[in-house]
Amino acid sequence: MTTRRDFLKISGQGIFVVFTVDITGLLAARSIQQRGAPTDFNAYLRIGEDGRITLFTGKIEMGQGIHTSLPQMLAEELDVALDMVDPIMGDTALCPWDMGTFGSMSTRFFGPPMRKAAAEAKAVLKELAAERLRVPVARLATRDGTVYDTQDASASVTYASLAQGRRIERKASGEVRPDDRAAYTVSGVPTMRRDAMEKVTGKAKFAADLRVPGMLYAKILRPPAHGSTLLEADTAAAAGMDGVTVVRDGDLVAVLHERPDAAEAALRAVAARWQQPDSGPGDADIFEYLAKNAPPLRVVTEAGDLAAGRAAAARVFESTYRTPYWAHAPMEPHAALAQVEAGKATVWASTQNPFGVQTEVARALGVPPEDVRVITPFVGGGFGGKTNNRQAVEAARLARASGRAVQVSWTRREEFFYDTFNPATIIKVASGIDAAGKITLWDYANLHGGDRSSTPAYHLPNHRVTSQGGWSGDGPRYHPLSVGPWRGPGANMNHFAMESQVDLMAQAAGMDPVSFRMANLTDERMRRVLRAAAEAFGHAWKPAPSGEGVGVALGTDAGTFVAAMAKVRADRATGSVKVERMVCAQDMGEVVNPEGARMQIEGGMTQALGHALAEEIHFQRGAIAEKNFDSYAIPRFSWVPEIETVLVESPELGPQGGGEPATVVVAAVVANAVHDALGVRLYELPLTPARIRAALAARSP
Amino acid sequence: MPEAIRFTLNGAPAELDVDPERTLLWVLRTELGLTGTKYGCGEEECGSCVVLVDGQATYACGTPVGSVEGREVTTIEGLARDGKLHPVQQAFADHDALQCGFCTPGLILGAVSFLSRNPEPTSEAIKAGLERHLCRCGTHVRVIQAVHAAARTLKEVQP
Repeated sequence: MTTRRDFLKISGQGIFVVFTVDITGLLAARSIQQRGAPTDFNAYLRIGEDGRITLFTGKIEMGQGIHTSLPQMLAEELDVALDMVDPIMGDTALCPWDMGTFGSMSTRFFGPPMRKAAAEAKAVLKELAAERLRVPVARLATRDGTVYDTQDASASVTYASLAQGRRIERKASGEVRPDDRAAYTVSGVPTMRRDAMEKVTGKAKFAADLRVPGMLYAKILRPPAHGSTLLEADTAAAAGMDGVTVVRDGDLVAVLHERPDAAEAALRAVAARWQQPDSGPGDADIFEYLAKNAPPLRVVTEAGDLAAGRAAAARVFESTYRTPYWAHAPMEPHAALAQVEAGKATVWASTQNPFGVQTEVARALGVPPEDVRVITPFVGGGFGGKTNNRQAVEAARLARASGRAVQVSWTRREEFFYDTFNPATIIKVASGIDAAGKITLWDYANLHGGDRSSTPAYHLPNHRVTSQGGWSGDGPRYHPLSVGPWRGPGANMNHFAMESQVDLMAQAAGMDPVSFRMANLTDERMRRVLRAAAEAFGHAWKPAPSGEGVGVALGTDAGTFVAAMAKVRADRATGSVKVERMVCAQDMGEVVNPEGARMQIEGGMTQALGHALAEEIHFQRGAIAEKNFDSYAIPRFSWVPEIETVLVESPELGPQGGGEPATVVVAAVVANAVHDALGVRLYELPLTPARIRAALAARSP
Repeated sequence: MPEAIRFTLNGAPAELDVDPERTLLWVLRTELGLTGTKYGCGEEECGSCVVLVDGQATYACGTPVGSVEGREVTTIEGLARDGKLHPVQQAFADHDALQCGFCTPGLILGAVSFLSRNPEPTSEAIKAGLERHLCRCGTHVRVIQAVHAAARTLKEVQP
């Protein structure tokens, strides 16, 4: 068992404040698996003898920008310059247990307790300064790393000298109030990325960039399809190659070499025979398969009376929406370097959950978690896909088997093969409106996609939302492919269905899509965000299809409210779609780094154009057809529209999610704009030229 | 069989005894320790491995190291000179034109090569010029702004 004292001991002298991030449920469920982890705190900060502030957290930086925003919050509260704050992230030996970096939760749930801990640290500094300066605490204030006497400007003392030679430990009580936001000078100010210099010079190290003496590169024998059984692997030819080590560790067959390309050549020399599965669904019949293999139904929310809602409806609309499996495809494939010495392992991994790696590696090696140290370098994109840590376990097993440090760095083909895809989803909606265009009925069922953000933002007097399965819990068992969280998990599919359905009701009501939404929204926060988007978009909305190719979609995710508008150009003959302009208004509560927030909105919207327009995994009996970017198209420069972002602040709410919400409305806003352009509605993603041509042909007499 | 390959690497002479058929990507990353050049796809599809060979953007993953004999190779590590960032690097940092940073080295070198041929590009030209570079974080709009800014700086430096 690693205690609080163990952590703080290795962190040197200074003033420490430990704090707890209580995410009820999530944390509890996962910490059960984490026997031996300290339960009384999740992170801590140190004011060192040099006056620098260090934040120790299990969160990681994968592009989303918390390497900048969390230090901004600390610098603000502690009244130091931003460059005086050093985040130490994702090192299991230095940082207490953390569940992982996902769900747009870092700034939202981690930020506020961290800010309170900083307030507490400042209180300690003032107490120490009061003794040193012999003035009452009430007379003291802080600025630029010093505590000073407000009545005698010459009396001041630096944090560094207060921390000198001391070891003070406090547990944040949460009782010290942070500074008033009105006085902020660092938090809330647009701030450029702190990791930019390392990243533009090539100095930033990712897992595959790390080197230790004597390390070998591994290439692992892979099956042609999921569900295959290895019948025979003849490794004699590979073993005879210069410098090659062959490792067999149960089902794991690998070749190791001191050069990665030589390991690859050796792997090609391995002759393997596999028994491939002779049945199983493929992309052509996946929706029939999923409809037949449904997990138990759970009611997410319900209110009113569906029968009454149906009776009150002038018109009822029944729709089925379908979305396929799609890939994370981060530019950095999964990579890890592992070293096992005297039964203790060190693993450097590209991961979103270093403590998950620690648990998985410990289990694979049969050692206690505290004998596994996981260090997380910069992560080259995650989007949920790097909560799957298979590569780290492989590296650790091979390191133990070979007695050498081993790097496993997946090829792009392996990355597509072992991805935990966004789950294919079927959503059925029955909805109704009365003669005045008010929604009277909303009966919504998500099958296999997940319930996140499945409750619409609208006023729905009679509604029921149900969910079966999804990307978490038992849900993945019902999918023929591995599935997992994908940026805005569940929420992407739910918003595609919800906002397409709302759009078709607006059309039926003869109202323009913005007025119809406004007429059915009572939530003032949502209305404000929609107004902000409309103002920035500057369009005179007409009932669809107007032929102008404009669309709107809105929603909520991770505590954030978002509304997007888009203008597309759709080609009737070819079925191709080009998004020309997107506007996104977002209320994400308090904004810590407006620059980072806008970057996340732009990035999320650009990325989501992929699953809106093109991304789709094809498969048959466990074999994945897409093997590289020649067959799996992701957004490119030529796809990118003008993007305008509007931040609608609600500082009193504290920070809300920033990494995912803008992503979730994109498929719907594009589908709605395509409908407005061509007069056909598509109920299945992605909106490929072939599907658009088919929809147009089906409508023609 | 290995034979000596001589070329200029980041402004300094380099000599290597390696199989000339090996790719520049793995030689840079392994023997030469220049890990700023990234493996992203291995099939000239993503641009993460782009380096400059005689100033031209080149996929290191598809380039036999023997083919750079006598030529000038620049990787991201060699772009800054005398401790000063290249205007394209500076523009990427100034415009937050990166997130995870994995595609960034290849993208910066691709932009350097592009600007050497197109000193005053339109946004459409920049998009076309960088089309073969993939970025999954969606930094594209900022990259376009950064390339415009770098073009302006380069023009001031070399009018």
